[in-house]
Amino acid sequence: MHDAAQTVSNFIDLNTMNITYLFLVGFVGGLVSGFIGSGGAFVLTPAMMSMGVPGLVAVASNMCHKFPKALIGSIKRAKYGQVDVKLGIVLGISAEAGVLYGAHIQESIKRIYGDAGSNLYVSTAFVVILAVVGGIVLKDAISSYRSGNTSGEEKVTPLARWVQSINIPGTMVYFKSINAKVSVLFTIPLGFATGMLAATIAVGGFVGVPSMIYVLGAPSLMASATELVIAFVMGMGGAFKYAMHGLVDIRLAMIILGGSLFGIQLGAMGTTYVKPFMIKMVMGSIMVTVLFSRALMVPVYMSQLGMITKITEETAKLMKTVSFGIMIFALALGAAIVLGAMWQGKKAEQKSLAELAHS
Amino acid sequence: MASNTKKKPFGRLFIMGACTLALFVGLLTQQDFINANFGKGGYYAFLPIITAFVFSYFHGAFTSDFWTVLGIEAAKKKGGK
Repeated sequence: MHDAAQTVSNFIDLNTMNITYLFLVGFVGGLVSGFIGSGGAFVLTPAMMSMGVPGLVAVASNMCHKFPKALIGSIKRAKYGQVDVKLGIVLGISAEAGVLYGAHIQESIKRIYGDAGSNLYVSTAFVVILAVVGGIVLKDAISSYRSGNTSGEEKVTPLARWVQSINIPGTMVYFKSINAKVSVLFTIPLGFATGMLAATIAVGGFVGVPSMIYVLGAPSLMASATELVIAFVMGMGGAFKYAMHGLVDIRLAMIILGGSLFGIQLGAMGTTYVKPFMIKMVMGSIMVTVLFSRALMVPVYMSQLGMITKITEETAKLMKTVSFGIMIFALALGAAIVLGAMWQGKKAEQKSLAELAHS
Repeated sequence: MASNTKKKPFGRLFIMGACTLALFVGLLTQQDFINANFGKGGYYAFLPIITAFVFSYFHGAFTSDFWTVLGIEAAKKKGGK
């Protein structure tokens, strides 16, 4: 029925099972994104590919659901006073450049080393970045929790204090989230790195949010909310670029959006119930879990490239299944922490309201 | 969480829900047209982008009201401290 169109555009046939699956993954991804500013994409792209969607169409369609989702999420969180629009736009524009450069690198690697080479590059980037950044974020969240100082104001890191102290005339911009002037010569590389990561592993926020917190000195809640502005700017540019090449399957994108807008509203509301360190806790937990998922695939791609002894087809298939399972687990873990924290926050609020009413 | 004093937005929920439903029905019943035109590239790139904005407007408002009607709202104190 859709043969002609499919031959041209590689758009798959949809069935109830696919629709339900994408809607649900979209919901959970949206919930996490609303809370930490990004996430979900690392499951959505492989989830679409497992349904037979070609890799580039999966990436393009994911990006086309991401920007409207980020728009709705950032509007919601702006109502809570958590968004720094200026910082989001400044980082978003440089992130756009990073996306274009990242996509160019991806294309070159694929041309020279083929699919396995490209997959190995993506997985290695995942493992290295998530190990370093995820480790820092999770360690910080755990030490905040252990110190018992979870309600206090977040400390600005020495690095951020140094960045804020540098004055380069003609490049200084005031950002309300940081409450200081920072040179755009610092924000441009950070945005660029966020974009490059978004083009490589689909989740730029894994660099964007920690860099706003640790390098620029923004509070966690504002960093995660501002990331949504970056995702919107970067996502719209990226989606348009892919759409120019006819790669966006709008049906897939809108079905995912259908679920993710329910999730992002809930996740955004969740941030008003929790202490700031919970943002880092959710983000760090997801990053470190996803790291294991990707690490498992590294030997498979290395074997395909002949860099190590050949791994049998069955073993490779098993490792792929386990890897995907861990990714789903990472997302579910993030969602469970968000819902749990929201539930506890809600109970605490009800208790204090009841006490106020009695007094 | 549920505010007892505030009126719940049932009317807007219904209107936005109906518009969202119509959009999704259109999306799923017009797949031949969509597959044939939205993937053409070039200036046709505006089609998926505009579609995404239209869906996000109606569905965004619907999902926001959906949780409000269920009694799930942001904490009264901003920032969750």
